[in-house]
Amino acid sequence: MSQSQTLKGIDYLQGNEALVEGAIAAGCKFFAGYPITPSNEISERMSWRLPQVGGIFVQGEDELASIAMVIGASWGGLKAMTATSGPGFSLMQEGIGYACMTETPCVIVDIQRCAPGQGIATKGQQGDMMQARWGTHGDHEVIALAPASVQEMFDLAVEAFNLSESYRVPCLIMAEEIVAHMRDKVRLRDPSELRLKERRRPDIPPGKKIDFHQLDDEAGIPPMPRFGDGYRIAVSAFSRNRMGYPITDRDLHGKLLRRLSNKILNNIDAIARFETSFLDDAEVVVVSYGTPARSAKSAVKAAREEGIKAGYVRLITVWPFHHEKLRALCGGAKEVITVEMNLGQIFGEVERAVARNAHTSLVSSPGVEPPTPWEILSKIREVA
Amino acid sequence: MAGSRKEILIAGFGGQGIILAGVILGRAIALYEGRNAIQIQSYGPEARGGACRSEVVISDEEIDYPMVTKPDVFVAMSQEAFDRYMGRLKPEGTLIVDSSIVRFDEGKIPPRAYLVPATLAADGLGRRIVANVVMLGAFGGLTGLVSKRALERSLRDTAPKGTEELNLRALAKGFEIAEGLRKQDLQGLSGH
Amino acid sequence: MGEAVEHPALKYFRKERLPHVWCAGCGTGQIFHYTVKAIEELGLDPDRVVWVSGIGCSGRIGAYWIGDNMHTLHGRPLAFATGIKLARPELKVIVHGGDGDLASIGGNHLIHAARRNVGLTVICVNNFNYGMTGGQVSPTTPLGSVTTTTPFGNEEPPFDLCDLVASAGATYVSRWTTFHARPAINSIKKALQRDGFSFIEIVSQCVTTYGRRNRMGDGPQMMRAFQRMSVTKEQAARMSEEELRDKIVVGEFVDRQRPEFSAMKRELMKMARGG
Repeated sequence: MSQSQTLKGIDYLQGNEALVEGAIAAGCKFFAGYPITPSNEISERMSWRLPQVGGIFVQGEDELASIAMVIGASWGGLKAMTATSGPGFSLMQEGIGYACMTETPCVIVDIQRCAPGQGIATKGQQGDMMQARWGTHGDHEVIALAPASVQEMFDLAVEAFNLSESYRVPCLIMAEEIVAHMRDKVRLRDPSELRLKERRRPDIPPGKKIDFHQLDDEAGIPPMPRFGDGYRIAVSAFSRNRMGYPITDRDLHGKLLRRLSNKILNNIDAIARFETSFLDDAEVVVVSYGTPARSAKSAVKAAREEGIKAGYVRLITVWPFHHEKLRALCGGAKEVITVEMNLGQIFGEVERAVARNAHTSLVSSPGVEPPTPWEILSKIREVA
Repeated sequence: MAGSRKEILIAGFGGQGIILAGVILGRAIALYEGRNAIQIQSYGPEARGGACRSEVVISDEEIDYPMVTKPDVFVAMSQEAFDRYMGRLKPEGTLIVDSSIVRFDEGKIPPRAYLVPATLAADGLGRRIVANVVMLGAFGGLTGLVSKRALERSLRDTAPKGTEELNLRALAKGFEIAEGLRKQDLQGLSGH
Repeated sequence: MGEAVEHPALKYFRKERLPHVWCAGCGTGQIFHYTVKAIEELGLDPDRVVWVSGIGCSGRIGAYWIGDNMHTLHGRPLAFATGIKLARPELKVIVHGGDGDLASIGGNHLIHAARRNVGLTVICVNNFNYGMTGGQVSPTTPLGSVTTTTPFGNEEPPFDLCDLVASAGATYVSRWTTFHARPAINSIKKALQRDGFSFIEIVSQCVTTYGRRNRMGDGPQMMRAFQRMSVTKEQAARMSEEELRDKIVVGEFVDRQRPEFSAMKRELMKMARGG
């Protein structure tokens, strides 16, 4: 693809390319990644664009190195990102857990492909959604976003950096092959029109040993110093006390674990976003996320044309999963249909949210293509 | 799920510039015709020779479902693509086929079929690689879904440096072939 | 009783973390001392020196350093350190790791960091086994040695780590043992003054797991054994393979110049911006 195109205003780009432009607009200055289909366009464009904006691109020797370099660069003060697909995402899990425990801001993009195993490298699926939630060991919270359009590949890249910086947590962009390779008109927003967030730095001068690895505030987000600025910080993924030193105490460990979770869960209203339409009088609500939401929207519109009271909810943020909000959105619906491109992963979460008030069902595809609007429409007709 | 929506399927083998043809078309419509156009690609693991297809959905409304299921226009640039996807074309749909490489039973092609010798025409221009652009020109001229001007602008954005003129000539050649075919249509000689 | 004299390394040690995790007689603490001695003698500002380490007994070295430090994942300290060096090229980044951490689980990162010539000072504490997990065989365990996973004696040939990183492209490579305090300190000083990827292997005594199983005695006895086993690379050049079998070849093996990775990335930025 020609690389002489305008980098401002309106362009016609692939999802993966738009995502890179979003990341750069958000201030990303470091990328490390290992080749894997179908995420390669991200690395390729990063290798071209980052040096132009004073950033650094590294092709890691593997995914283990890539996520480690990203975390190291983040402690060096740079906004940092990696991108991969399922097999590489599996390899990165230990690093993602390290980032959770050390509260390292970073963005991890998973362009999901048909799995398990090698699956189908060139076809999309939403099979890593539970891995995004529980892939690394131990209790933890992450943030995961699911873009459904090329424009959202740009916009959610910006949001991912903002959330990651604000909450000092890895933020995952769980896209898949279709939206990654889809081309559409996209507005490359200028950084001046974006509200960018930066990690909070210590407001005390260096010279004193830092004791904010742990806070009394049960949902607090500690300020983050940068290596080399004189704060003499000890970073480790051990369970820790205020100084960052290893502990084996039940109460201290529990306090840390709860704070790491609560800093996300107590802010779930600000973090979890939804797109909704036709919900006011909806008797059947279709819940979806990512590319399959496009089929869902088409089906809901068609159902409305037929006079069926169908409603539409799209999860923009999948993790943390806002059960309470979803329950409220589905309000008086007697049936909630989940649409996804896997055998039913987020379906379980939707059930947890609404099963007390509504009957639930699933329209899914195993990947390659999303469920079609006709498949969804026929389910809507069946349950309406 | 209907309205102004048009589904275009361009298919051939890897190395023919099938995906690029879809990109140039989608870009022309989305950026220079003021309509919506989403392009999706489908490819195998191999860079050359494998089956390859590019889908473009065009609409004046917001495009929700981005996949092509029953194409309104099928542009076939290889035998394998023709054999595999011909059955998907809408009964009233338009077939545009590269008659320099695809063989078919004349009795089995739809009423609106156009035989465009794109690869031969590209050879005539000295570079077989621009057959995809000849085909795009023919597509524009035959369907009226995109103007020559919009395609030219899109081509200028995407063509590698130094190949702009060759590509513009290939595009013009495609429009020229389309004009000839349309004249035959008017004279009742039809495309086949 | 006279006034207690504080150990000279303690001013660089996070005293609040005492007692440390190392066994009596272990060589790891000596290597901490050699490293801070080199920093002190060079007059480096501790606030501009970051220590990175992986997992294992040697992985704890970095976490006791008074300045910025990062205790990372098993095998990955070089990759974390690469990210830090690229983000803050003006800092000195030191990596401590064991033979298991750097050469086994992290072996891929070792050769690639050397190939890229990332500006890191890497100090490998080679104690011939996985000490922290109880003394399993490692990629540097000598042939015939007994470990918890080679009860009949090790049948796998060991790696020569200096050869490995030298072939991969490291620009400074040396090997010493804990017995060789002064040469080791001098080597670390030299490495810290070089721009590129520097690798110093220090053979170290693991008394509790390796030494005990191989009847090598206590810490001082093991160090004396290292002294007896050591030959310089000049001596080694005149010895047969058979004569070298139980020997430790010490000395400086590589000292050369190649462009450093973070500097090359900065050059690339200039090029991309048309400068």
